Amino acid sequence: MSSENALLEEYAQREYEHGFVTDIEADSIPAGLNEDVVRLISEKKNEPEWLLEWRLKAYRHWLTLEEPNWHNVKFPPIDYQASVYYSAPKQKPKLNSLDEVDPKLLETYEKLGIPLEEQKVLANVAVDAVFDSVSIVTTFRETLEKHGVIFCPFSEAVHEHPELVKKYLGSVVPHSDNFYASLNSAVFSDGSFCYIPKGVRCPMELSTYFRINAQNTGQFERTLIVAEEGSYVSYLEGCTAPKRDENQLHAAVVELVAMDDAQIKYSTVQNWYPGDSEGKGGIYNFVTKRGACRGANSKISWTQVETGSAITWKYPSVILQGDNSVGEFYSVAVTANHQQADTGTKMIHIGENTKSTIISKGISAGVGQNSYRGEVKIMKNATNARNFSQCDSLLIGDRCGAHTFPYIEVRNTTGKVEHEASTSKVGEDQIYYLRQRGLSTEDAVNMIVNGFCKEVYDVLPMEFAVEARKLLNVSLEGSVG
Amino acid sequence: MLEIKNLHARSEDTEILKGINLSVAAGEVHAIMGPNGSGKSTLAHVLAGREDYEITEGEVTYDGKDLLDMEIEERAAEGVFLAYQYPVEISGVSNKYFLKAAINSIRKHNDQPVISRSDFVSMLKEKLALLGMDKSMMDRSVNEGFSGGEKKRNEILQMAMLEPKLAVLDETDSGLDIDALKIVSEGVNALRSPERAIIVVTHYQRLLDYIVPDKVHVLAGGKIVRSGDKSLALELEDKGYSFLNEGSEAVAAS
Repeated sequence: MSSENALLEEYAQREYEHGFVTDIEADSIPAGLNEDVVRLISEKKNEPEWLLEWRLKAYRHWLTLEEPNWHNVKFPPIDYQASVYYSAPKQKPKLNSLDEVDPKLLETYEKLGIPLEEQKVLANVAVDAVFDSVSIVTTFRETLEKHGVIFCPFSEAVHEHPELVKKYLGSVVPHSDNFYASLNSAVFSDGSFCYIPKGVRCPMELSTYFRINAQNTGQFERTLIVAEEGSYVSYLEGCTAPKRDENQLHAAVVELVAMDDAQIKYSTVQNWYPGDSEGKGGIYNFVTKRGACRGANSKISWTQVETGSAITWKYPSVILQGDNSVGEFYSVAVTANHQQADTGTKMIHIGENTKSTIISKGISAGVGQNSYRGEVKIMKNATNARNFSQCDSLLIGDRCGAHTFPYIEVRNTTGKVEHEASTSKVGEDQIYYLRQRGLSTEDAVNMIVNGFCKEVYDVLPMEFAVEARKLLNVSLEGSVG
Repeated sequence: MLEIKNLHARSEDTEILKGINLSVAAGEVHAIMGPNGSGKSTLAHVLAGREDYEITEGEVTYDGKDLLDMEIEERAAEGVFLAYQYPVEISGVSNKYFLKAAINSIRKHNDQPVISRSDFVSMLKEKLALLGMDKSMMDRSVNEGFSGGEKKRNEILQMAMLEPKLAVLDETDSGLDIDALKIVSEGVNALRSPERAIIVVTHYQRLLDYIVPDKVHVLAGGKIVRSGDKSLALELEDKGYSFLNEGSEAVAAS
């Protein structure tokens, strides 16, 4: 119907509110990638020899790899020599307090709604602010230290807790894992490191806020979270970038390790610049995230709300090694305008009585293409493993697409795998009904979409759920007129 | 309050309303009856503003304003309410949240502050009791998994909460058993007031035993062919709609 089309055509326009650029002097290295660049990055960070060796090993392996092509996204070839692999705002090498942080940086985070002064910070959230290639500041460190929790920039952990970094780095996502993970292993610059000691329930939410600022620069951060026996941590991750006409690469790696009875809850609100309404610019978000439930009764939950990026390519996964361990994946992925997403999860059941749940909500608007790709694998010894998957797609307009690629492999006859999938459209009758009750068309669509995502919002930490709801509304602004 | 003059409306190539004239004053209850396909539901939706219909002729004045010139949500905010024959399901949105959002949208339009939590809760409690509804219904998704009767009650609940000036009830009796019909009718009767006009669209006379109308109109072939008081409804029950075809004016039911 033409009125419906007109209504949904407008789905294309949306405003990205974090698209500003911070004018700050940066220490950047020239574009291009070779062994010397890898050495230079390592040198800038004053890294120990073993880490440089590890980077070089990854780099040499990367050279033998080709970009994956099995995904359902399209983009022109990336010139890896055109990108800058290290860029850091110039400031004093060692900061003793927040007063010494460049006010421009503090302003940037303030503008993004992430105040870094502790007295201003949202109650009970410790923030590690990563700006381009380096971590600017980490709040609440002293409070956390009292509980024995380590939360610091990755580059610092290398120096202060080398034994932990050496033990766990690459233990979940090896340097040879895939094209983007290998690239990250070679050139990663910073990120967050968290260590929760035995029996400790982390007293506050930990969060990292990633900001890409410099032009033509890739962001390659690495996050490592280790939860010792009986510990618990909830970790939040947020991301934004300026509006630029060129595509920028973000290839991160996140590794989680949960020992016996430990629990890690990892939540992401990804709002990288998605490109303009013509599909120009935007972040290529090619990320490898994986958690290992090493111990018995351990649990790892991934919750993601993906509203940004021109292309999203990520599959937060759980390796369920420990008996009775639990893996969860809750996802909302939005593709509006020309955005593309190929996202999902892998649940690898190895231990007995392991359980996994997958709830995926894909929303497509404009000419966005949204693919769910998930793998559930039940290995030979995984007696009584269970999986439940639910993949729902919501279409807004008639030019977008939703695709589902579930892979299931069961090698143990006691395994139980359930998969449910649905595709629906935001109906004109729903919008009419809500408007008859006084809601504007925009509010009506937001209400329908938020209702569709409810199961995922319900598992997000409260502040994040509010932010996610707002973000989603902004993402879909102007999509319906 | 409502003045319909020579209203013609079409859906794609078919003309459905062929010159409706109707005047409804505040405080009145009008019943619109007629056989299937006579245009009753179309009239209800044209008043609500459904965009599937094209108005080719005529005018509708509501509260002194040109109703046809108003957006759907504007009409709602100005006090036009339609109780749907087939209420729509909204997954993942609780009934309570939906009601509050609707009330506040209308308040915003009328430059009123948002409803306070306590006002909302006490109002809701009162209206739930009026309609014999359990408060657990409020935490369920809008109309999702509701039985036919529950959906209809939910419509009347919304009407009670939104306090419209002009309520149009589209076949609210369909799918209701006699007990539910009584409860829904009581709910509607409780909303009768000198400031409010109610139009009841129905196929059967049965509903009018409980909601007694001031006027009854018979719609056939896109026109009002007869108007009268409540006795007309009884006559219709007695003779059926077939008598319409025997009249001097041949009316083709479309």
